[in-house]
Amino acid sequence: MRVAATFLLTGLAAAPAAAADLTVSVEIPRLAVAEYHKPYVAMWIEKPDQSVAANLAVWYDFDMKDNEGTKWLRDLRTWWRKAGRELSFPVDGLTGATRAPGSHKQSFGAARLRPLTPGKYNLVVEAAREVGGREIVRVPFDWPARARTTAGARGTSELGAIALDIKP
Amino acid sequence: MKIFRHLTIAALAVTALAAPAAAHRQWLLPSATVLSGNSDWVTVDAAVSNDLFYFEHQPLRLDNLVVIGPDGQPVEPTNKSTGRYRSTFDVQLTQPGTYRIASVNAGLFASWKEGGQPKRWRGTPEKFAAEVPADAEGLTVSQMAGRVETFVTTKAPSSGALKATGKGLEMVPVTHPNDIVAGEAATFQLLIDGAPAKDIEVEVVPGGIRYRDKLNDMKMKTGADGRFSVTWPTPGMYWIEASTQDAKTSVPQAKQRRLTYVATLEVMSQ
Repeated sequence: MRVAATFLLTGLAAAPAAAADLTVSVEIPRLAVAEYHKPYVAMWIEKPDQSVAANLAVWYDFDMKDNEGTKWLRDLRTWWRKAGRELSFPVDGLTGATRAPGSHKQSFGAARLRPLTPGKYNLVVEAAREVGGREIVRVPFDWPARARTTAGARGTSELGAIALDIKP
Repeated sequence: MKIFRHLTIAALAVTALAAPAAAHRQWLLPSATVLSGNSDWVTVDAAVSNDLFYFEHQPLRLDNLVVIGPDGQPVEPTNKSTGRYRSTFDVQLTQPGTYRIASVNAGLFASWKEGGQPKRWRGTPEKFAAEVPADAEGLTVSQMAGRVETFVTTKAPSSGALKATGKGLEMVPVTHPNDIVAGEAATFQLLIDGAPAKDIEVEVVPGGIRYRDKLNDMKMKTGADGRFSVTWPTPGMYWIEASTQDAKTSVPQAKQRRLTYVATLEVMSQ
């Protein structure tokens, strides 16, 4: 996976910035398939050992009768095991509706990013589509950013361009 | 409990008593092991076969199903049916957590001759004296305790259903049986009547045998603490089997107790 990143060196003693903001852009590709369903998508931040540092969002069919949309959350297999199965759904601030093909931006403010101590992280985006496939894309970044930082990666099947924009 | 009721000796019993070389494989195969819904169902196939996991020999009898829910209490399986090659039943997962789904068989088997005719008997130690003639000609008695099981979890894994019963050969988790992924090691402990079962050979066979030429089985032995570890090469359903015998029988006429354990575990991708 190609990663285009512009990082400024951060001092070892850098303190987490109070007003930091992290924006994730997720491209859901338009697919020429006979039966198309908008994918379930989860995004979270992981430490280098792949443990979870912060849960960011899960887009699923949250508004179905009797919460039936949770049945397929387990198809986001990696997220479900690491960051999903302990939660009660719907989760305030985490739950969102599934998105149509196109590029979608979601921003996360200081409150969500508070668990991040200075260090290296991956943004992880996982998509799973009913009667389709599953894909995970990781975007490495350093936290905190001293200056505005962008990074990105691209999926090959269920995800398109994934971009990360960090404002210190 | 109907576990000990008098039965015609079914295919399962014959299999359980047969010499290891002739053993077919017994198994339960759940439709899913990792679930996320609020009251999802699993449907479980139960069969005795050569290849894993295909229905090609005998159904596993459903007389002795024991399903334990996350709260440690029994759950009643529904829609039980037995066909020519397999049995099937459903379990609704109404509570979050882990369910232990098992077929538990235990009892005594006797055979002898009466007036030149072969006689067979299956039953409990309590009924043995009353139902098997003390002076039976050519009497042979054996005892068995077998457990064939699998595990399914909805929402977060839990341990309430996984406590040892203290009877026969069984497996308790070190690694949770519904939290295993390819490339990572998982550790379990075997117990006999609740005590660590050391030096027991464990065989692990991946499913999908029909579409490969080699069995690709793994064999390991439990340590002094009864533990063994498996690193799963690929995702998929795996069959785990262990068996041993000892002399802890319930009646003096039985010289040997045969203990068998089988689990079906699903290994997920990372």
